[in-house]
Amino acid sequence: MKQSWPARLPVVLLAATLLLYPLILPGAFYRDIGVTFLLAAISASAWNIVGGYAGQVSVGHSMFFGLGAYAPLLLYTLWGWPPMAGIPVGIALAVGLSLVVGLPTFRLTGHYFSMATIAVAELIRIFTGTWNFVGAAIGLQGPATARAWWDLIFRSELPYYYLFLAVLAILLAITSVIERRRFGFYLRAIKAGERAARSLGVPVRRTKMKALALSAAFTSIAGSLYVIKTGFIDPDSGFGILISVQMVIVAALGGAGTLFGPLLGALILIPTFSTAASLC
Amino acid sequence: MVLLQVIAGGLLLGAVYALFSSGLTLIWGMMNFINFAHGEFVMLGMYVAFLTVVWLGGPAVFSIAAALALFALGVGVYLSLVRHVIRGPMLAQILSTFGLALLLRYTAFWIFSANFVTLPQTSLAGTIRLGGLFLPVAQLVAGVVAVALTLALHVLLTRSTIGSRLLAVAEDRAAAMLMGIRPDRMQMLAWGFSAAAAGVAGALMATAYPWSPSVGETFGLIAFIVVALGGFGSVLGSLYAGLIIGLIQAISAFWLGAIYKDIVVYGLFVALLWLRPQGLMGKA
Repeated sequence: MKQSWPARLPVVLLAATLLLYPLILPGAFYRDIGVTFLLAAISASAWNIVGGYAGQVSVGHSMFFGLGAYAPLLLYTLWGWPPMAGIPVGIALAVGLSLVVGLPTFRLTGHYFSMATIAVAELIRIFTGTWNFVGAAIGLQGPATARAWWDLIFRSELPYYYLFLAVLAILLAITSVIERRRFGFYLRAIKAGERAARSLGVPVRRTKMKALALSAAFTSIAGSLYVIKTGFIDPDSGFGILISVQMVIVAALGGAGTLFGPLLGALILIPTFSTAASLC
Repeated sequence: MVLLQVIAGGLLLGAVYALFSSGLTLIWGMMNFINFAHGEFVMLGMYVAFLTVVWLGGPAVFSIAAALALFALGVGVYLSLVRHVIRGPMLAQILSTFGLALLLRYTAFWIFSANFVTLPQTSLAGTIRLGGLFLPVAQLVAGVVAVALTLALHVLLTRSTIGSRLLAVAEDRAAAMLMGIRPDRMQMLAWGFSAAAAGVAGALMATAYPWSPSVGETFGLIAFIVVALGGFGSVLGSLYAGLIIGLIQAISAFWLGAIYKDIVVYGLFVALLWLRPQGLMGKA
């Protein structure tokens, strides 16, 4: 299905705006908003795959975000690895956890799934806060100064901005491919009516599992990116329930289950947050 | 002997859990609406007690009655918020009540600050000795009153006309309407009862335990766990489950350490959802 140029124009304009934004508004405040916005858009778009398209409202996605955030700093603390090396480890852990959580809980529908995800995330948050190996309540810290470029520590926000933008672009590209594939139709069928979807031959549980695993992987990447930029993580900023809720709010505000919905939600919410925070 | 002391303390706290959870079971179990602000209602009940005792100088007993005022809050929340999203998607329920929870929590932070507070020494101070057990009067009163009120709610639902009407709306809205019951009014009442139960439970706990505006989050989760354990829509189930959760918390805090008590409870909850999602007392 090839789209004509006029139909693609908004997307091209959006991409151009995002690419040029830090050059048009070079102040530190605006760049910080830009980076925060991209991070929120990435997490919410990742949540959107299972929460929006498949309609399985997880309110515990911080469990994947936190794993992605802890993995790089744990590897750095233990063996001095560059934080970047923790990204695949975080993804592997998050996908593993998504299987552990998804296999039993996807038998549950509606509220039950939301409650189960909250409970697991809270369980991990409290447990992390008591476990000295991962820094307990104090948390973990990354390298203070860059040892080489591969520590990905930059004075300027600019490299982070373009790195995050690239990840967001990849995630949205994957999502738009899913939208048009059979997998995407399965997801929407499950959202519209699980029983009906099953009776039409949709492998409901396997489809939900795949969606959750993919969503977990990208949420974990968002966590890793967050921690590579801030160089610090503790149980609340990794596994806190507000992290999960922010993903839900951002995605739902812009439109859950649509390609650009989470991005739009982040576009409205993050500058509002930052401006309100700078006023008080 | 120490273990017995721990068990008694756990059961007394569990009784209060049972009271506020029976409020949630009205909303979540019967009306099938998920309320993330329920823990915040409990927290507000605590501050209502704080206001009546510290600011107005009333006796602690009066504060418990004052918390009944949360009935009005429940009705207000229903009329202004819940009514508009009740037939919307689940996402709307989650977001609206979570938004309400954050609003209430951070308003409390703003007014009362994040510090832990306790009620000053009141008529409920002191301990009494029962056999070899030392029980603080406030905890004993809180536990006994909570059990009594939970049972009263159960009787109200199962033995009175209003209770039958509530259950009728919960069971089949359309059929209830045909019988001349106004579902809107019954939902409103359910929210009122639910918030009042949470508020009174909060006021009861305020007489016995210290608290801060952030306690709502923990109590909200505990209420969900108690309702899931007791079976949706069963007040008696909530009573048993509340006592069990209080007991498990007390014993795991005693054997494993205080920080592990929530881990044990949440872990049990996850296991329960996997093994028996209809709850212990619920029907499949």
